[in-house]
Amino acid sequence: MENRQRARTAYSLLLPVWLVLGIFFLAPLVLMLAVSFAQRGTYGGIEPVSDLRSYLGSGAFLANHARSFEAIYLKIGWRSLWMAVLTTVLCLAVSFPAAYYLAILAPRRWKSLLLGLVVVPFWTSFLIRTYAWMFILRTEGLLNLILMGSGLLHRPLELLYTQTAVMIGLVYGELPFMILPLYASLEKLDRSLLEAAADLGAGRSESFRRVTVPLSLPGIAAGVVLVFIPSLGQFVVSDLLGGARGMLLGNLIQNQFAVARNQPFGSAIAFELMAAVLFLLLAYAVYMKRRGEEELL
Amino acid sequence: MSTPPDSSVEIIQVTKRFGTVTAVDEVSLEVRRGEFFALLGPSGCGKTTLLRLIAGFEEPSAGTIRIHGSDVTLAPPHRRPVNMVFQHYALFPHLTVAENVAFGLRYQPLARAAHAARVTEALELVRLAGYEQRRPDQLSGGQRQRVALARALILQPQVLLLDEPLAALDPNLRREMQVELKSLQRSLGITFVFVTHDREEALAMSDRIAVMNGGRVEQVGSPAGVFESPETEFVARFLGAVNVFTAEVRRAEDGLLTLGLPDGTELAVPATGPPRLRREPVRFVVRPEKLALRAVPAASEVSLPVTVEDRVYHGASTEWIVRDGRGDRFTVYMQNTGPAGEAPSFSPGSPAFLGWDPRYCVLLRES
Repeated sequence: MENRQRARTAYSLLLPVWLVLGIFFLAPLVLMLAVSFAQRGTYGGIEPVSDLRSYLGSGAFLANHARSFEAIYLKIGWRSLWMAVLTTVLCLAVSFPAAYYLAILAPRRWKSLLLGLVVVPFWTSFLIRTYAWMFILRTEGLLNLILMGSGLLHRPLELLYTQTAVMIGLVYGELPFMILPLYASLEKLDRSLLEAAADLGAGRSESFRRVTVPLSLPGIAAGVVLVFIPSLGQFVVSDLLGGARGMLLGNLIQNQFAVARNQPFGSAIAFELMAAVLFLLLAYAVYMKRRGEEELL
Repeated sequence: MSTPPDSSVEIIQVTKRFGTVTAVDEVSLEVRRGEFFALLGPSGCGKTTLLRLIAGFEEPSAGTIRIHGSDVTLAPPHRRPVNMVFQHYALFPHLTVAENVAFGLRYQPLARAAHAARVTEALELVRLAGYEQRRPDQLSGGQRQRVALARALILQPQVLLLDEPLAALDPNLRREMQVELKSLQRSLGITFVFVTHDREEALAMSDRIAVMNGGRVEQVGSPAGVFESPETEFVARFLGAVNVFTAEVRRAEDGLLTLGLPDGTELAVPATGPPRLRREPVRFVVRPEKLALRAVPAASEVSLPVTVEDRVYHGASTEWIVRDGRGDRFTVYMQNTGPAGEAPSFSPGSPAFLGWDPRYCVLLRES
């Protein structure tokens, strides 16, 4: 009796979120899947199918998905994957020391201020912050001004509209999503474990490798997922900071909807990207579950 | 200063300040080889800081620390011949029992092939053979304690440091572990430096005890020494000698000091500490179990008329709280050895006499 009541309460609490996700997320997703199997209309939109049986029977409905595996798109996909991996690795490399400092070394009274600084960028729109990077990176930009003013360079660096610029923008944008989960797991790290490691003869690097890293693995995994997935679908950064040759999957999709007006093809790529991401998430969940089970053994 | 050959840990004029707080204040101590040495005191007395200074987790603000003759004052923890058993054991949660115990072996000059045998040996020593593949969270408190012990002892340290190792155990297990730790120490012959706030634990296990208060060492001595002959009021009270009397020196002769109590009673007590002047005010303590409550004064004893205030029956003994004419409170423990248990029957409010043998008076050093 009480259980049933509790279940009812639980459902009623979840109802709003189910409604929002159902109407504004799930339904469009299904729609997108359907569109990805359709034909592009001459002036955009969708061409109605006259003979559904032959359309399905001939496999014509798979044309958009088949097209997405053409070499030119695979190349874009490969580049996006590579950029996302690189972003994740760089974010991890930059974030770990920062999170370590925040969680373990920083004086207690500075901690909340420093953590606040990590989150401060969220107060400004990501778009505006990416525009700001244009002003920093361009030939007459802040960076070149400083480098040339200090006499380190005589000719300005051609940074804007390069892969490097996209990389900088991506790493910058995703950094907080790596720092915060790392901080959370390092914060929980019992200091006496580090002392125990030192006491047992481990130097700093040894105790880092054998105690700190293994115990912060959940944070590392969470950060990797949080950074890798958005990087894979990014299009704002590559659009603003990347050149014409720097097209990523995100740009390709956006292009199909906004410029080429090929909704079916755009939907097909978008769906495939999502499937890939879901697959990666699933792999992550399985990995974490196995780790959890191992801990129980 | 040269190191005596049997010295294990030497602490010379060590001070540790945290900001404006002085946790350890010019402490000098010498722990001998193979000794079970306790640092005893209330929380905040600096005992744990002192232990952490020996382990190398803290750097002294002043002073020198030597272990087996070599100066380790500035050596990092991993370069000291000491190992520690942490208060909450600090076992690595991501490693098995065997991996925990083997953690430090790879920093020892020892072939990899010999590791497994050493782990087995260490686990057998703490009676945990068969638990190799468990994780720390699958062990009971007592078992974790043993893993922590094995993890430290496997490295064959010259000194084993123990930070309140029994505090997290339940009372029965604690008693069992006390005996076990003590016999382990005896059979291994390693110096144990042990931090505790539990006076019974310190008395039961140690060869010598340093009683600490406010960052200073008040007294160092054998368990019976600090228990029976406390030098300061703090040591006396911390070890349960709560009866503090004030008196005045009348005469000194042949190692005896004749004192006068405020009511005029004279008593001759063993003279200890610095020479005393005539008419100098002094204080002495008498342990509660050395006092007796009498209905009529006994001729051979010093007697003080008191009023009974309260009675706490402990079974084997009864605790009497009494007050003298000046309002000072005293505690008396009387063993209930008679066939009917409690011997004299006093009730709150009734007059009685506090009696004791003057030889049991212990003069205090005024700080």
